[in-house]
Amino acid sequence: MKLFLKIWRQKNNKSKGSMVDYEIEDISPDMSFLEMMDVLNERIIDEGGDPVAFDHDCREGICGSCSMFINGEPHGPEKLITTCQLHMRKFKDEDTIYIEPFRAKAFPIIKDLVVDRTAFDRIQQSGGFISINTSGNTLDANTIPIEKESADKAFDAATCIGCGACVASCKNSSAMLFVSAKVSQFSLLPQGKVEATDRVLNMVNQMDEEGFGNCTNTGACHVECPKGISLDYIAKLNREYVKANLKK
Amino acid sequence: MKSFFRSSIGRKIAMALSGIFLIVFLTQHFLINITSVFSESIFNMISHFMGNNPLVQFILQPILIAGVMFHFIMGFVLEWQNRKARPVTYAMYKGSKNSMFVSRNMIISGIVILSFLALHFYDFWVPEMDYKYVQSLPEDPDRYYEELVHRFENPIRVGLYCVSFIFLSLHLIHGLSSSTQSLGTNNKYAMTIKKLSYAFGIGIPIGFCFIALYHYFLHL
Amino acid sequence: MKKITYSLNYRKPKEEYSKTDELTVCVRYYQNLPNGKNKVVKKSTGVKCKLKDWDSDWHKSENRHPIKSTDSNYLEKNRIIRNKSIDLHSFIKDFSPLKSISSLNSKVPKGPLHLKWSNHKNDVRLVSPANKRNIDIIVVGTGLAGGSACATLAEQGYNVKAFCFQDSSRRAHSIAAQGGINAAKNYQGDGDSVHRLFYDTIKGGDYRSRESNVYRLAEVSSSIIDQCVAQGVPFAREYGGLLDNRSFGGVLVSRTFYAKGQTGQQLLLGAYSAMNRQVARGKIQMNTRHEMMDIVVVDGKARGIITRNLINGKIEKHSAHAVVLATGGYGNLFYLSTNAMGSNVSAAWKVHKKGALFANPSFTQIHPTCIPVSGDYQSKLTLMSESLRNDGRIWVPKKIEDADKIRKGELKPVDLKEDDRDYYLERRYPAFGNLVPRDVASRAAKERCDLGFGVNKTGEAVFLDFSSSIIRYGKEKALINGLDTKDLKLVKELGEGVIRSKYGNLFQMYEKIVDENPYKTPMMIYPAVHYTMGGLWVDYNLMTTIPGCYAIGEANFSDHGANRLGASALMQGLADGYFVLPNTINDYLADDIKTGPISDKSPEFEKAKKNIEEKISKIMNNKGSKSVDYFHKILGKIIWNNCGMSRNKNDLKKAIKEIQKLRKEFYKSVRVNGDQYSFNESLAKVLRVADFMELGELFALDALNRNESCGGHFREEYQTKEGEALRNDEDYKFVSAWEYNQNIEFSKLHKEPLEFENVELKNRSYK
Repeated sequence: MKLFLKIWRQKNNKSKGSMVDYEIEDISPDMSFLEMMDVLNERIIDEGGDPVAFDHDCREGICGSCSMFINGEPHGPEKLITTCQLHMRKFKDEDTIYIEPFRAKAFPIIKDLVVDRTAFDRIQQSGGFISINTSGNTLDANTIPIEKESADKAFDAATCIGCGACVASCKNSSAMLFVSAKVSQFSLLPQGKVEATDRVLNMVNQMDEEGFGNCTNTGACHVECPKGISLDYIAKLNREYVKANLKK
Repeated sequence: MKSFFRSSIGRKIAMALSGIFLIVFLTQHFLINITSVFSESIFNMISHFMGNNPLVQFILQPILIAGVMFHFIMGFVLEWQNRKARPVTYAMYKGSKNSMFVSRNMIISGIVILSFLALHFYDFWVPEMDYKYVQSLPEDPDRYYEELVHRFENPIRVGLYCVSFIFLSLHLIHGLSSSTQSLGTNNKYAMTIKKLSYAFGIGIPIGFCFIALYHYFLHL
Repeated sequence: MKKITYSLNYRKPKEEYSKTDELTVCVRYYQNLPNGKNKVVKKSTGVKCKLKDWDSDWHKSENRHPIKSTDSNYLEKNRIIRNKSIDLHSFIKDFSPLKSISSLNSKVPKGPLHLKWSNHKNDVRLVSPANKRNIDIIVVGTGLAGGSACATLAEQGYNVKAFCFQDSSRRAHSIAAQGGINAAKNYQGDGDSVHRLFYDTIKGGDYRSRESNVYRLAEVSSSIIDQCVAQGVPFAREYGGLLDNRSFGGVLVSRTFYAKGQTGQQLLLGAYSAMNRQVARGKIQMNTRHEMMDIVVVDGKARGIITRNLINGKIEKHSAHAVVLATGGYGNLFYLSTNAMGSNVSAAWKVHKKGALFANPSFTQIHPTCIPVSGDYQSKLTLMSESLRNDGRIWVPKKIEDADKIRKGELKPVDLKEDDRDYYLERRYPAFGNLVPRDVASRAAKERCDLGFGVNKTGEAVFLDFSSSIIRYGKEKALINGLDTKDLKLVKELGEGVIRSKYGNLFQMYEKIVDENPYKTPMMIYPAVHYTMGGLWVDYNLMTTIPGCYAIGEANFSDHGANRLGASALMQGLADGYFVLPNTINDYLADDIKTGPISDKSPEFEKAKKNIEEKISKIMNNKGSKSVDYFHKILGKIIWNNCGMSRNKNDLKKAIKEIQKLRKEFYKSVRVNGDQYSFNESLAKVLRVADFMELGELFALDALNRNESCGGHFREEYQTKEGEALRNDEDYKFVSAWEYNQNIEFSKLHKEPLEFENVELKNRSYK
């Protein structure tokens, strides 16, 4: 396959970036998208240039590192996968592919396609936990039975990999889906209910401070989420938030 | 509570509440207007009541105007914040792959509706105020129907109204279901609400269009 | 020089004793006093030995046992002597890095196996909360082991400085673990117990792990589940609301807790949330995108690390009272593995170079069911869960011509008649069939492919076929629903539904990667490197041979012996981090309550920093021509071909030479573009691969040295007539702990003898 790539190159956070054109040949359709990028980088290195920086680690769709905005969508045209799970067979010979970083004010660019997503960490630090000590001397795990439905829903929320595709796809760069998943996971479980009020207030507050946009319910986040996290969790977050405000 | 309305969720809930309030108003507006198709006298009667009842005039009307203004101002503020949240935009962005056109362009449909409102105020509300409070003309419980018919004589105006109703429809289709989502409706009802949203969002504007066209063609 | 020696307690001149006289054996310790004189600490062991049975050259023998086998009770006596020496050793607190076997002290507490841990917890010294506030601990790596350790240490009151190279601690590779986590809860009432979990793990590790550590692991396993549930980890539940369990390979009970196929993710997020709580409290200072470059040892103790900030390339110094490494395994030595792209050995290797012993480096787990390599560009391999072997049958064509045709695409696997298929696992191991342990299944696949029966383009793949399960399940379903079992199309449809409900996500994953429908055509699989049992040598307290430097999780060697059982890695990581290390580290830090803050201005820090800076600028200025991946790929091929699933003396020797050559070439012609002081992934990778280049040699050396086959280590010379692994307990019942030497070939071997007092050593058979 031969491809025309348009890739965002930006030296560092301070400098201005731009789209740069690359042409690449002999791409096998069985390659993953990141392997195609590897091939490109090998070539750039051979030519003495600075390879394209991008985040990646597990390359099996679970660590949430990879974060490319491919042809106008986070993680590319396929649904329910991350960039590392996207394969070149989804493209046609001589296709033009736009590759950009996940863009948001809250995700400043470090270099090329690498962005700083520590805003997500800070949101979690503001309340994404259950305050118990880690001595192991807690209740026996089976002391509190949990309805299977709640447990399953909590699990579905917990599958979030924190990649930021929700923010990247949202026209408002809102992080609502991410925050809602974490808030819901805990509030659905009896262990997490105890602190539900403070948790939701603090996490939403931190989310706003980080400079994410507002949710206008376009639903793009859910469609682009590699784990398919449902919009219902955002509705739940809204409920929890109102409830918490009424309590406080 | 102050911090509630400063937060992103608080604002979106405020947007939803004001939106739903406007939807309720729109519904009653429609129900009154549609009577003009069936009966001149009923229409005149209701219009006269609405125009002269002090509760409607001095309490509901200001609340409505405040609601409209709040909804618009908040809409602009949020839009401004949202644009700020992505200072560098994408070279290639395919929103159509993951969301509806209407949901991404509420600000555009909103601006069109705002311009329409200006026209609408100019057509009905300003003359009404002028009639009642500036010139303080005597009460005439039978003038409303004629005024209505008179307004819809001009085909350009009728055309403008119809175009605006299309945008209103686009706004409502997303607006109604979005408001309920913002208010945290359970997923159990999500599909029903979505359908309702479509029905309402398409039905009401069509109804308004029908009224305008009806009077235009009837009195051609 | 500090040394422990054995001697006989002569009470009169030696000549006056006869050969049959019995004397008491003593343990002696020579201590250098500041005034230059020696002080001898001498303790009687109570063991008596006849002069004729005494081996005065005991220090030259490999196992260093002073009593010869001519004594009828020599084993027991030697054990007592050794334990006495260990006691003496722990009595001497200020022991510097160990230099000889007699001082490779595992510090296993005395007493019966089941009381060792609780006794030990009672015996270790504690640090008061007020003093903990003045003590800093560095934790490198924030996966399951590191994350949980950070959380608990911070909870206790220590100031934790955490480091990871990822952009967030939530992205550590523990997240990719699929199957589950074992715990001896016995919720299912199927006879599980701490002892059974202990026994299964020891046996699964082919008797090459330390009894006391494994028992402790089994003991704390059930607290892990309690802890995680309390943290909000959404484990799978039954309709009654209680936790669900499933069964895993190599055991006969259901003790595996799971959260669909994402158990690792959920557990890691649990540890991550516990960490976040401490970050919010200011007890953890989180440093993401930082890579450890070196450890700093001051006055014989680990006192800090040097890191490189991956965003701006700055070399930084960080000091603390103790350093904990939770840096994972080194499977990426093979280039292609199921590890994450960034997983590396560098932190552990740097510590090894500063004096920590590296244990059993060649013990690697090769997982039988991974998606095969499809081309040269491939960067990583994807695991398909072990659970697939419950319903999939593994086969290759019987005739080599058929295999050839399948490779060329002239013949479709579904068209091959039953009689022409070789279900080699069922043929070789009728009792366990497709469910033999990982090491056995992997070797059998390699054996077939080496003979030319491989079924994909590269000739390195076998089929994992679900068609018979689909039919079987389909018929069952049709019967239940009262449908026609003879309607093949319907039966297949129903059967596919059952398979989908069991393995849907895995089948989908396979289809995404390979672009073939595994419901219609058999999957192709091949073994791939998955986990490394070897790692830094640690004692019972998880301390390496550098005082104050600890290693936990996959980074240490301690619990899995020569082969790891499924669902045990998560258990070990969390056990070490949540429950073991936070108890044992207090004992060491009790000496540091008056030390005060550790300065990072000392010459040791400056020197270490300068070394790193020089090394980096040397690499940056290397006007090479080849990319780092070029070398990493070659290294991976050398290791995979010569030290992979089966090894032999000649190949291993060849590998050592080849790696030495490659390493020279690497330093000569590796090329790094870009800026040293900016985000530069090639530079980060060169630094990692440089360490792999050294580890690879030790890896081969260790495999060469171990003249037996055990667990994942299969030496072709040591096999039974049927081609099964042949263990040699007589000579190799020990842990190989290597001491660094600049010439890696001459690394010094220390042996920690393994003693099995509570289990009987048996041969594993799956026939």
